[in-house]
Amino acid sequence: MRKCEVTGKMKMSKKLRSNLITYGIVIAAFLLCQLALSGSIEGFKMSRSLKGQLVPICVYIVMAVSLNLTVGISGELSLGHAGFMSVGAFSGIVMSSWLVSAFQMENETLRLILAMLTGGAFAGLAGVLIGIPVLRLRGDYLAIVTLAFGEIIRNVLNCLYFSLDGANLYIGFNNPNLPGKVIVNGPMGATGVSKIATFGMGFALILFTLFVVLNLINSRSGRAIMAIRDNRIAAESMGINVTKYKMMAFVTSAVLAGMAGALYGLNFSTVTASKFRFDTSILVLVFVVLGGIGNIRGSVIAATVLTILPEVLRAFSDYRMLVYAIVLIVVMLATNSPLLFNLMEKCRTAAARFTRGHAKAQGKEGDAA
Amino acid sequence: MITFLSYLCSGISLGSIYAIIALGYSMVYGIAKMLNFAHGDVIMIGAYICFCATQYWGMAPITSVVVAMVVCTLLGVVIERLAYKPLRAASSLAVLITAIGMSYLLQNSALLIWGANPKSFPSVVSIGSISLFDGQLLISGETIVTVLANIVIMIALTLFTGKTKLGKAMRVVSEDKGAAELMGINVNATISLTFAIGSALAAIAGVLLCSAYPALTPTTGSMPGIKAFTAAVFGGIGSIPGALIGGLLLGVIEILGKAYVSTELGDAFVFAVLIVVLLVKPTGLLGKKVHEKV
Repeated sequence: MRKCEVTGKMKMSKKLRSNLITYGIVIAAFLLCQLALSGSIEGFKMSRSLKGQLVPICVYIVMAVSLNLTVGISGELSLGHAGFMSVGAFSGIVMSSWLVSAFQMENETLRLILAMLTGGAFAGLAGVLIGIPVLRLRGDYLAIVTLAFGEIIRNVLNCLYFSLDGANLYIGFNNPNLPGKVIVNGPMGATGVSKIATFGMGFALILFTLFVVLNLINSRSGRAIMAIRDNRIAAESMGINVTKYKMMAFVTSAVLAGMAGALYGLNFSTVTASKFRFDTSILVLVFVVLGGIGNIRGSVIAATVLTILPEVLRAFSDYRMLVYAIVLIVVMLATNSPLLFNLMEKCRTAAARFTRGHAKAQGKEGDAA
Repeated sequence: MITFLSYLCSGISLGSIYAIIALGYSMVYGIAKMLNFAHGDVIMIGAYICFCATQYWGMAPITSVVVAMVVCTLLGVVIERLAYKPLRAASSLAVLITAIGMSYLLQNSALLIWGANPKSFPSVVSIGSISLFDGQLLISGETIVTVLANIVIMIALTLFTGKTKLGKAMRVVSEDKGAAELMGINVNATISLTFAIGSALAAIAGVLLCSAYPALTPTTGSMPGIKAFTAAVFGGIGSIPGALIGGLLLGVIEILGKAYVSTELGDAFVFAVLIVVLLVKPTGLLGKKVHEKV
């Protein structure tokens, strides 16, 4: 029972250690990937299909971590996370094309950073606009409205047309007749996007996301957010501004999803709004649930494993979503059902008794000796 | 004017289907306090069963509808028993995620069984269409049957919940589970019954939906399911006339929005309605206000 007597200082260091492990895993994985990419070790190389998955893996990690901020830390089930991703993707693509067209900017890294910032900014704006009405609701209603907003975003993006003529940017709503070179063509999506996303930038984005989210969780604001999640009324009566903190979590999550979206959009030559369907939101939710709701490191690992697995198990690709669905149900039942919970508890006590008995027996043997 | 009327007719037809689906949502939400995300996919399963019954097993349309209803009823009860019942006491987040998982399970099972290619659903309606105004306005047989089925179901359910003992038990359970149990009502059986009725209605809705819009795919049910939930919220969740009004209004709004504003934005209108309703009158048009207890 010595564990219970840890002081506040020791607890902090425990958190810090846990965070450092998370950073360490990400950095180690990045270095391993770089090693595999360079091909300097014989037999340790990355397959082509896996190489193509590197940026999407980074994107999904960021998506999962940011969704975990809303679902796990803030306790609001958001089903429209792909909506923010699409806002980020399209604004990032437009920004990147505009920088080339207006300033002849050839530096791809700078363009990518600016595009990601733009994506984050616009997704954040969308987060504020959506958050104001959505966060007044609770539970199932909140979930269904985030879903509705995700669908609305997709519908609206299907009606948007962007074109560039030198430094001029033209925007058309439901009006495809724009002057200059068309970059976003309504339901046809963005075509001829210059693929400037890099794995290195994806890695940097993951580190940035982890830095933001982990620091937020361990800050005063983060504790306020979790207090609201655990008991809104109690938190409110302690003087915590519920709307402000809920909004903080929601908008931070949206900004990060927008940045991931920009990276995702600039990784493909063609991007349509239908890539960011409800399914994508659910996929990210599966990552969060499997990694453990509220567990950031779990999200990182789940997103990586579940993006690589289907690539490796191509033969079973038909069953992929079926297995996800079953896993989702089983995980929920196993963690929430009182029946299963009791069963597991019994197993645990039995195991504890067994080991204790074992230890005792060993002790007796020792005494006898 | 005539075009407007014909749009209005297809709006009412679509709205009637939404209303039937919304009833299932509304009853389940009222009684189990959970959003049964898989309801839309039960619709799809019902339509597939009906399709198989008429195409492969050579049944008459009416029998195939009955078969679809029976299968969906069983499916609904099994889903409730396996996935939702163990989570009665769990947080709404856990239940909702389970329901989403169930929805995906049904969709992907259908994908594996019937494939992704759309099946062309044969209409189960054999009566002809009515033409009005010298043939300018054509009301299809499907529309007539849908609206009639809607009216019959509404009346039957209102009588069922108002007059019969089982129906009254359902209302009591939705108000207060503990009190219902003390009065000797079998709460679990009542909840199962609700799922059974909701799923049987879903089968009817699936058949009607696919008779009007014949392309049947594993994702056929998901969008109408979500829209029907919107309709249920719009009309006031837990209320039978609310589901009717919500469904009809939503169907008309969707069709008119698609016809007069933009085809791309039809769904966006429906969801915008949901958001506005939830913000202005969260209990819906005919819903009761529930006070929050500390």
